[in-house]
Amino acid sequence: MSLRCSARIETRNFDVRFSLSAGETVAVMGPNGAGKSTLLGVLAGLLRPDSGSAALDGRTLYDDDAWLAPHVRGIALLAQDALLFPHLSVLENVAFGPRSAGVPRSAARQAALRWLREVDADDLAQRRPANLSGGQAQRVAVARALAAEPALLLLDEPLAALDISMAPLLRRTLRRVLAGRSAIIVTHDIVDALLLADRVVIIDGGRIVEEGPTRSVLERPRSSFAAGLAGVNLLTGATIPGGLLTPSGIQLAALQDQDFPPGEEAAAVFSPRAVSVHRLRPTGSPRNVLPVTITDLEQHGARTTVRAGHLSAEITTASAAELDLLPGAEVYFSVKSAEVSIYLR
Amino acid sequence: MTGTYSGVPRWLLAVAVVGALFLVVPLGAIVLRVDWARFGELVSSDSSRAALLLSLQTSATSTVLCVLFGVPMAFALARTRFRGQRVLRALVLLPLVLPPVVGGIALLYTFGRQGLLGESLRVVGVDIAFSTAAVVLAQTFVALPFLVLSLEGALRTAGTRFETVAATLGARPTTVLRRVSLPLVGPGIVSGAVLSFARALGEFGATLTFAGSLQGVTRTLPLEIYLQRETDPDAAVALSLVLVAVAVLVVAVAHRIHEGSTQ
Repeated sequence: MSLRCSARIETRNFDVRFSLSAGETVAVMGPNGAGKSTLLGVLAGLLRPDSGSAALDGRTLYDDDAWLAPHVRGIALLAQDALLFPHLSVLENVAFGPRSAGVPRSAARQAALRWLREVDADDLAQRRPANLSGGQAQRVAVARALAAEPALLLLDEPLAALDISMAPLLRRTLRRVLAGRSAIIVTHDIVDALLLADRVVIIDGGRIVEEGPTRSVLERPRSSFAAGLAGVNLLTGATIPGGLLTPSGIQLAALQDQDFPPGEEAAAVFSPRAVSVHRLRPTGSPRNVLPVTITDLEQHGARTTVRAGHLSAEITTASAAELDLLPGAEVYFSVKSAEVSIYLR
Repeated sequence: MTGTYSGVPRWLLAVAVVGALFLVVPLGAIVLRVDWARFGELVSSDSSRAALLLSLQTSATSTVLCVLFGVPMAFALARTRFRGQRVLRALVLLPLVLPPVVGGIALLYTFGRQGLLGESLRVVGVDIAFSTAAVVLAQTFVALPFLVLSLEGALRTAGTRFETVAATLGARPTTVLRRVSLPLVGPGIVSGAVLSFARALGEFGATLTFAGSLQGVTRTLPLEIYLQRETDPDAAVALSLVLVAVAVLVVAVAHRIHEGSTQ
């Protein structure tokens, strides 16, 4: 069950090349409007790209000449809303896929019951979708998608419409049923990516800007989006001896295990907790001092996050009060070079 | 009455009452004019029964035709995109605003003996004008847009999300239509059919122009009422009441369906 695809859509400024190996689950993340849903639409057959090609298990989904309709692709799509057919019972909803594939009625019902049991929803079989809670409905929708026995399962923010209290339960179910299954899950939630996916792909501006195993992307983010996810500061630029120089002229010193050749494209990462905030330019051991303007302050109990554009510092609320920090104030962020890691891009 | 503040000015309600009276009082006037002693006799005369029977038969037939052709038309208008679609929609809905007598003339010059298709039809032995078939065609011509319009609206409201899901679950377009689209807009089809039936039942101008007024063949209830008005006004009033009753029934059914679908 391997997938490879490339697609270009001029009007959406979308140009993505993507592949998935058998049994792999990939999380697709990125800002709103980045093209995540476009990717799913292209794979499901709801959008026809201007050019490109895709093949699932060696079977062509589309290329410059051919185009497979959605119903013959073997790709099921699970959306944010459960979208259960309101005029059918839960059991008939789940049996819809098998029935469409020509399975006789009673066998289709057997299969439906089996899948409902798989997601712990067999007690809902005779209910109407209108009488289900959001979490129950989404659970049934998962069973319905799986009952169609798709070669590839697409999930478009499947947990986004659920209550915070319901999401963990369904996430656990998804984790169980997605194991060993080829799936692509679009999500905004870093927890989904960590728990459900083997690999994460970051899309921004219609392009894949970063991809890799979920943990390593979060630990060593290279795109600003991934860095924001992981709650770290990220500056990109070129390597210089002993550090990094950004296009805007900021020099960051880093304590490196190895020396990178100068002039390479690189990213510097440091934790907001490693940043201290000063009203006056500090003199002392920190080698990195960045003059910034505060854009935002977020208080979380005893801790306050001080944001200045893409950068952030996490300090105690007491010191934030002592420094009399306000948005618009010009301050200095300092960070020890020992806290800065540099990665080649 | 829910007891919540409505904020509607009183003078507006006064104008609304005048408008409502304008619609309701004439109906009361019919009821008051009915000669109840002769009512049974008047509505069960040979000509009345023939007209009522013909009206019900032709209206039922044209309603079936409206559903058979209107449902695909509504799907084509609501679910596909093609060049000239807006123009086509305007043309299809034209009979709604066209004077029915003009529709009758148009049909006459299409299916009539000297019409566009009439001569070819006559060669194969089909003569439509001034037959019961002509009544059905006239009624279908004026009623079809009602079904198309109401179903197209229902389809647009329903959206395509369920249909998309059904397709990704492996359902062929015909299966999606049969198991998802049609059941979802079922109430829209029924209320469209009820509206079409009502419009067909009341058809007068196009029928008279295209089909004429032959008792038992093309003289439907509205035509009969119009004729009786000259000779026996009491019979015309009695038959009018029958049509009012049918109309009330139709409105009640359509309303119930609408309530049911919005629950």
